[in-house]
Amino acid sequence: MTELIDIATRVAGWANDGEQVEAYVVHERETEVRAYEGDVESLTSAESQGIGVRVVADGRQGFAYAGTLEESALQETLQEARDNARFAEPDEFNGVAEPDGVMPADLDLFDASMASFTADEKVALAIELERATRAADPRISGIESAEYVDTIYESAVATTNGLATTTRETGCYLSAYSLAEADGETQTGFGFSIGRGPSDLDTEKAATEAAERATRLLGAVKPETGRVTVVLDPWVTAQMLGIIGHTLTGDAVQRGRSLFADRLGEQVAVNDVVLVDDATDPAAFTASMVDGEGLATRRTSLIEDGVLQAFLHNSYTARRGNTLSTGSAVRGGFKGGPGVGAQALALQPGTKTQAELIAEIDDGLLVQGVAGLHSGVNPVSGDFSTGAEGLRIRNGELAEPVRELTIASTIQRLLLDIQGIGSDLEWLPMSAAGVSVVVADITMSGS
Amino acid sequence: MLDHELINRTLGAALRTGGEFAEVFVEDKKSSSAMLDDGRVEELTSGRDRGAGIRVVVGDTTGFAHTADLSETGLASAAEAAAAAARGGGGGVREVSVSRSDGPRPAAVRIPPEDVAKATKVELLSLADAAARGEGSAITQVSARYGDSRRRILVANSDGLLAEDDQVRTLFSVSCVATGDTGLQTGRESTGSTVGFELFDETDVEEMARRAAARAITKLAARPAPSGAMPVVVGPGGGGVLFHEACGHGLEADLVSKSASVFAGRVGEQVATPLVTLIDDGTMAGEWGHFTIDDEGRPAAHNVLIQDGVLTDYMWDHLRARKEGRVSSGNGRRQSYQHLPMVRMTNTYISNGVEEPADIITSTDSGVYVAELGGGQVNTATGDFVFGMTEAYLIEDGEITEPIREGNLIGNGPEVLNRIDALGNDFAMGSPGTCGKDGQGVPVGDGTPTLRVTSLTIGGTAA
Repeated sequence: MTELIDIATRVAGWANDGEQVEAYVVHERETEVRAYEGDVESLTSAESQGIGVRVVADGRQGFAYAGTLEESALQETLQEARDNARFAEPDEFNGVAEPDGVMPADLDLFDASMASFTADEKVALAIELERATRAADPRISGIESAEYVDTIYESAVATTNGLATTTRETGCYLSAYSLAEADGETQTGFGFSIGRGPSDLDTEKAATEAAERATRLLGAVKPETGRVTVVLDPWVTAQMLGIIGHTLTGDAVQRGRSLFADRLGEQVAVNDVVLVDDATDPAAFTASMVDGEGLATRRTSLIEDGVLQAFLHNSYTARRGNTLSTGSAVRGGFKGGPGVGAQALALQPGTKTQAELIAEIDDGLLVQGVAGLHSGVNPVSGDFSTGAEGLRIRNGELAEPVRELTIASTIQRLLLDIQGIGSDLEWLPMSAAGVSVVVADITMSGS
Repeated sequence: MLDHELINRTLGAALRTGGEFAEVFVEDKKSSSAMLDDGRVEELTSGRDRGAGIRVVVGDTTGFAHTADLSETGLASAAEAAAAAARGGGGGVREVSVSRSDGPRPAAVRIPPEDVAKATKVELLSLADAAARGEGSAITQVSARYGDSRRRILVANSDGLLAEDDQVRTLFSVSCVATGDTGLQTGRESTGSTVGFELFDETDVEEMARRAAARAITKLAARPAPSGAMPVVVGPGGGGVLFHEACGHGLEADLVSKSASVFAGRVGEQVATPLVTLIDDGTMAGEWGHFTIDDEGRPAAHNVLIQDGVLTDYMWDHLRARKEGRVSSGNGRRQSYQHLPMVRMTNTYISNGVEEPADIITSTDSGVYVAELGGGQVNTATGDFVFGMTEAYLIEDGEITEPIREGNLIGNGPEVLNRIDALGNDFAMGSPGTCGKDGQGVPVGDGTPTLRVTSLTIGGTAA
């Protein structure tokens, strides 16, 4: 196979005079094995590749993509992007990234053992995961899904500004969704384990978590409406951070869609809050050496001791905001141009375990899972209200399970109502890390 | 899209390791979109995806592989990979011969989007921007998006089926931000149809933009939503999301067969009040979830799922139907050739009732009126579901009064179906939606008349 960087450089080299071109080329191999009742339910082996081309001419920007790297398609895609640019309105800040001299961190994100991990071994892992989940507790009545997934991902970016960078990453995970049953009632739970290569995976952890999360909800009741202190499970915190990260982008700020616009230097959270986006942290599942425009990723401190310090920028929002890119250009594959977003967000962990945090709460709620974040959180207004399930906390101990409730507040208040952050920081298969967080005065809506 | 002999040879190769069933799905999709934001047409995007997905079934195991290379070699190697994944016991050669089965032809697209000049598409965006900003200085930001796609598919399988479809979709949406003393609020409107550019003969994008702007401005005055359980009246159209979540997903046969649905084993039972007749219908021309054949080659169908409150059937794809010795209900869909098909909804709706919508509101002492719904989510195994309200008001003494801020509502599917006590005569389809399941998104439609649920939990912050 031709090297991706050669293809990207060649396409960028076809630029006309006065034209800026950025070519983003991707090649990905993925295997997914689903196990059910001791056998393979499905095995998918997928190989995909494609190119996305951005053209800027006279300040006008156009984009096109193709799900193939055939020679004729490369030419056509560039032509199409060029034609699209003619119909956009000019913006002086449009353009490809300028090399900024920052050297990419030297990260080892490629586990070579992935390539030699055979299909039989993958199948065996998925089947073992399903078996272990069923065996973890006698109340486990079924499995909604038990799967092993891996990817080998390579990409290259080249621009007319002379940027030419490549990335090569591997990743894999195990995930199980279990069903638990008692007295005619069913509850569900999930568990997972992630890694760069198969040797990082922990089947027992995924199976045990999936079983425990489902079984501990058995007998759940709808709670009474009221105000409580909640402990957000790491998984829930990570999902909330993802939304908060969106409000801290230069894009949301410049377009008047961020509740944090004009608040740089202000106290937006309690003193304990330190929020950092750092894709150079090799422990992050989404770690990367370069961003979606080919610039080195870097550590950006967004909130320090509760004070808002910075927003995230790609090259466009940096030029427009008269600042520097934070290496935060993100892309959803080759089918879209570079946006701006958090890549590996994490709260600085505290010193207490989740159990120690719970021990300090008289009347509260451990939120194990949330539902409907996409419909219940408005990142522009900051209003949030999501479905939730979990366990009541009484006198410092976990008490009865609860379901069919919502928790609600605003993002603004949530950050100011944080009472504690756990020591249990864990990277999850998303662009944020999880950690237990205690938040006071949340409305729990039930019966 | 592919030569018959090549299809036969590919299916033959897929069955070489003893597969019982093989299928080739070919897709050629072109899409284009244009985005306006911050007062400027920012970018036009166009894309092309073309490839084939091949699956082989042996017993309960499915092997799947896909390729963007539609040459004989590319298809043969994908067929081999799928066959290796399924690993049947026996070997040998099986001849396959496909023959065309034409479904009913779709209503012709009058103005194919690819025939429309880019400048014409872009003009719609600027019209919407100006109209929204014309609603007042409170409107501080507007974005608008135009999108179209043409997706040609071919499905052939070892049962001899060969079917093709040509699916065109056109979409337009406007989002506004209003700024006031209470902060920022948002309003959105969207329309989408399985037609070409003639969509804009009937759709006034300026009118859409004004509605989106008005929604954002109204919400500036909104007070915190109440918390707790209370009667909820849902306006016409958007209520379909409620049923999509409350029971639609739970009636998908793949979830039912794994006992991951509260509706498993309940066919023939009264699962809702007698007012409720729920239908999933892929044949509704023009609607967002419409197609001629599904992604397994089955013709779209009108399927009654709940009749007068009684559960009559689930939705089926090829695999689940084959296991039960019946035919698919035309609900086998996939996001693209890179995905395996599974059971999905199409256009899901509650058929019309008889009451005057105004009477439903006046007979509600206090509660919440939801005019516009956002997305939702369901846990089919427990039946618990949520959906968002993006425009809602208090009902006080039988009248719609003050607007309330956004929030989620939560309920339990089987319980909510038994709490529907009023159904209006004002049936309407809602906005175009994208339904997500197992990481795959497919276009769906939904609809309802005005309806009332005697008790649903509102996830607000007010007492």
